[in-house]
Amino acid sequence: MTRNARWIWAAVLGLPLLAFACWGIWDNERLFFVTLLNGLTLASLYFIVASGFTLVFGLMRNVNLAHGSLYLLGGYVGYFVAEWSGYYVLALAVGFLAAALVGLVMQVAVFRFMQGEELRQTMVTIGLSIVMADLMLWIVSAQVHQMSAPDWLLGPIRDLPIIRAYSKFRISLLVIGVIIGVLLWLFLNRTRVGMMIRAGVDDRAMLAATGVNVNLVFAITFAIGAGLAGFGGVIGAVELSMVPGEDVRLLLACLIVVIVGGMGSVVGAAIGATILGVAETFGLAYTPTYSVVFTFVILVLVLAFRPRGILGRPA
Amino acid sequence: MNGRKALVGALSIAVAGALSGAAFAQQPPIKIGLLATLEGPFAAGGADGMRGAELALKQKNGMAGGRQIVIIKASSDAKPDVAVNATRKLVEQDKVDIMVGPLSGGEGIAVKEYSKTQPTITFINGSSGAQATTLVDPSPNFFRFNTEGAQWMVGLGKATLAKGYKRAMVIAEDYAFPYSQVQGFMSEYCRLGGKVPVKAWVPLGGKDYSSVIARIPKDVDALVVVLGGADAVNFLNQYEAAGGDKPLVGGSITVSQDILNYKGKRRDSLVGTIAGAPIADAYDAPEFKAFVADYQKNYPVSAGGYPSPSLFALVYYINMKAALDGLDAVNGDLSGGQAKYREALAKMTLKTPVGDVKLDGNRQAIGTTFITEVVKDAQGNLFNKVLSKVDGVDQLLGMKKEDFKIGSRDEPSCP
Amino acid sequence: MSAAQWRHAMNAGAGRLAMGRRAPAPAATVRVPGATPAERRYLSLLAHIKARHVVVLLFVLAYPMFATPFLTYQIGAQSLALGLIVLSLTFLGGSGGMISLAQMSVAGVAGYMLAIFGSSGEPAISFGWPWWVAATIAVVIAIAAGTAVGWLSVRTEGIYTIMITLAVGVAFYHLCLQNYSIFNGFQGFQRVYAPTILGINFRDPMPFYYLALGCALGGYFLVKYVLRSPFGIALEGIRNNARRMNALGFAVTAHRVAAYAFAALLAAIGGLLFTWYNGLITPNSVGTSWLINVLIIAILGGLRHPIGPFIGAIVFVLLQNFAIDLIDRERFNLVIGGVFLAIVLFSPDGLIGIWATVKSKLITQRGGKS
Repeated sequence: MTRNARWIWAAVLGLPLLAFACWGIWDNERLFFVTLLNGLTLASLYFIVASGFTLVFGLMRNVNLAHGSLYLLGGYVGYFVAEWSGYYVLALAVGFLAAALVGLVMQVAVFRFMQGEELRQTMVTIGLSIVMADLMLWIVSAQVHQMSAPDWLLGPIRDLPIIRAYSKFRISLLVIGVIIGVLLWLFLNRTRVGMMIRAGVDDRAMLAATGVNVNLVFAITFAIGAGLAGFGGVIGAVELSMVPGEDVRLLLACLIVVIVGGMGSVVGAAIGATILGVAETFGLAYTPTYSVVFTFVILVLVLAFRPRGILGRPA
Repeated sequence: MNGRKALVGALSIAVAGALSGAAFAQQPPIKIGLLATLEGPFAAGGADGMRGAELALKQKNGMAGGRQIVIIKASSDAKPDVAVNATRKLVEQDKVDIMVGPLSGGEGIAVKEYSKTQPTITFINGSSGAQATTLVDPSPNFFRFNTEGAQWMVGLGKATLAKGYKRAMVIAEDYAFPYSQVQGFMSEYCRLGGKVPVKAWVPLGGKDYSSVIARIPKDVDALVVVLGGADAVNFLNQYEAAGGDKPLVGGSITVSQDILNYKGKRRDSLVGTIAGAPIADAYDAPEFKAFVADYQKNYPVSAGGYPSPSLFALVYYINMKAALDGLDAVNGDLSGGQAKYREALAKMTLKTPVGDVKLDGNRQAIGTTFITEVVKDAQGNLFNKVLSKVDGVDQLLGMKKEDFKIGSRDEPSCP
Repeated sequence: MSAAQWRHAMNAGAGRLAMGRRAPAPAATVRVPGATPAERRYLSLLAHIKARHVVVLLFVLAYPMFATPFLTYQIGAQSLALGLIVLSLTFLGGSGGMISLAQMSVAGVAGYMLAIFGSSGEPAISFGWPWWVAATIAVVIAIAAGTAVGWLSVRTEGIYTIMITLAVGVAFYHLCLQNYSIFNGFQGFQRVYAPTILGINFRDPMPFYYLALGCALGGYFLVKYVLRSPFGIALEGIRNNARRMNALGFAVTAHRVAAYAFAALLAAIGGLLFTWYNGLITPNSVGTSWLINVLIIAILGGLRHPIGPFIGAIVFVLLQNFAIDLIDRERFNLVIGGVFLAIVLFSPDGLIGIWATVKSKLITQRGGKS
């Protein structure tokens, strides 16, 4: 793409957005900024869940369509741990570990034997997601499970400029999202395993050829990816509540995030999550009727111009 | 190669058919098909609906009209096509005499359409509450002994104004059932001078209500929240966290038993919510108390029941009871394409735990609506206290047929 | 395209697809000296007909004679209509290597258009045109929609296709759900009934069964024919090695989009039948669970042979109807999910794969004895 073309595209996309922002601020500045904050906090949740999804895909080319089920699993486990112990942080940890464990079992017991059969792995994850969803419905029932936020995150922060009051817990989502992002970056860039993972993303065959225990790297990656879904589930259990069907919803959100951002790229997941979160909340605030369709229009537009997503690279 | 497979399938079906054929003894039991939603988002309500229907039969010791009653169950997932398939199986394969079900509005319309193709079977509603089921092109053999969404809100407009809420914002899911609920509320509220400047229709499946909450204008006195299940829970939780403090007016499923008892701590924000519903936990008529006691005895919380029967349990109970009382009235005589039975149903004054129900010309119930307020009891459980009771609510909400339009996004309106 | 070109294409099929699908054996040709190509083709067709084909055909033709109306309609006709929709997926997946989850959406477009241009319970929206006009328009629009989905998704490959088509399908679901002026929102359209032609009411179980059977057989043989045509073989070549086919001078993208268009035709016909079967079309008919169900049926039956979708559909419909009598009624999803998982794990070729394995074992046993 030449520089001129880039400028033209920036103008075509940017000017309407800028115009909308100006109008939005002029029309109702509180609504605009609250919605923006809502979008970013929702994006944070999407990023946490989708980063695990994209990590697994990037390394193993495994589209884990049971990722949503792991999210639901983490949420339920977190709920019961929090109810039993009363500690939110403990719930987060156990939710992460539970989903990671299930992910590990999935990788070691099933996917290890289907290396390279990507389509078949995907089918297996679809089957697993159906079975897991029904097992959870059986065990936990269809009742709505809503985890309480810890006392120190309960209620609103008041007396803010412009937006007046905002939920403490939602703000914490933003913080957690940033922390997870930074930790992931450190892990991938500063640790030995992380470097192996990055090498594997670039060229799996070469990684194996250098004598690295690929199976171990795969297992670790899968566990972390699944764990992030569970971790997101615990957060979601507070903000969005856990109920059958949430698994599919989050899975779809993940798919959109990684398709828009580019499969296999953690930074892409962050970009995709931001676009999705902001688009969803603005859509709901300004054009509620077609807000969901709007999200998919963005998806189609991105695909039409960048088939592999914004930061996607050829497989 | 598919021949052998299909043959095996056909054989197993033939065997199953023979077995069910052998069941026809000399004094055959009457088979009642029972359809509710046991999969998907309404699964909890569907299970309680099944409990309600079973309770009606248990109270009669499994007999009606001098004959043994057998219930054959089927499940759907709140999808109209699945509901029709399940109904068709009950009617044509399992050969039930009477159908009770389904649970949700879209299913109800589809099953009503199907009932026209089976004129010798009598269909009685489960808990579906779409207005169109009996208003648009009704079926001669589809009966609904429960009042529907719009009827459930009659009297609430008046109660809202009595609380001093002159301007209200509507927050509801974007489909037929909430439209009808909002219509039931607004037609009265607007007539008496209330204003609804903003209606927020939230697309189904949206779980993040923060944007809707951000849109709540400063100058409304109350929020009319018609959300069910997880949506209601999410909205309440997020509204509280965002520092919202406007009083709430609830739809019939917003404060039903399964919402009041959702797993989680923060239910207190619901205290003081007024709502319209065909059921009120604390209604103190002896029939209702007896019903609740019976429910609690048969389905204790330890066995998966609710502390107090949900709306679904009551409504399924009422419709099943109608089916059984009708059988009693004709002494189990279903001959002549069930003509006598249907006549008895159409003329019947059904005694229900919440008062008498009669049917109108479209075989739709005319019944009682409760205006309730959520209060907390000594143990910390929430329940619905009865503020007032409106009897004889009909489907046209007291309007003339020419003036009545089925509720939609824009109907009615009073900004 | 010359014969030499597709021999090349066949030879290029060294690459294996993940689903473990074998490249088909080259069409067994009967060498009859002096026969014209047309005669030769006819003879080769005759040579392919085996006893089991005749038995199956007789069985499906006679089925309504001994089955109850319920079994004819809800099991027989529903399986056939559903099978036709699934066939469009297995055609894309099996021969083109593209698993499109949006096939149910394409079928749904046809159903919606049928309701909008034909007659339904919503006279305010429906045009009320004669059924054959509405059906034709519906098929044309559905093909256009399917082609558009294809155009969008062929730019990506393999796993991406699943995700993108899933996203497109869900987008269509939300559009139907939210739009009232065209799609009538949540309620959709009721009373979309099959027509009465020449005094035959196709709403009745037996006529509808034969209508569905006719369409299903038509679709089945059409797919068999297309798979053996130069186009079908080029498609297989593209599946096995797109780059090499490109180098050979094939327009890879055009072939793929054309495959989507052909699949859309199958899905559209199936969609019309399925809508008539249900007598209604609502957003739920194109919701996520149906998108996934179509894939489940395809995998259940097997992608390898066009009979797979129908076998899968029969098993799925039987399970859906009778699982409730055998196990706890609420656990249907567990059963279907478990069966699906077992198939994917142990028999990647689906039920027809199991059949093939059993058959080959039997043959070797028999061969060992004699």
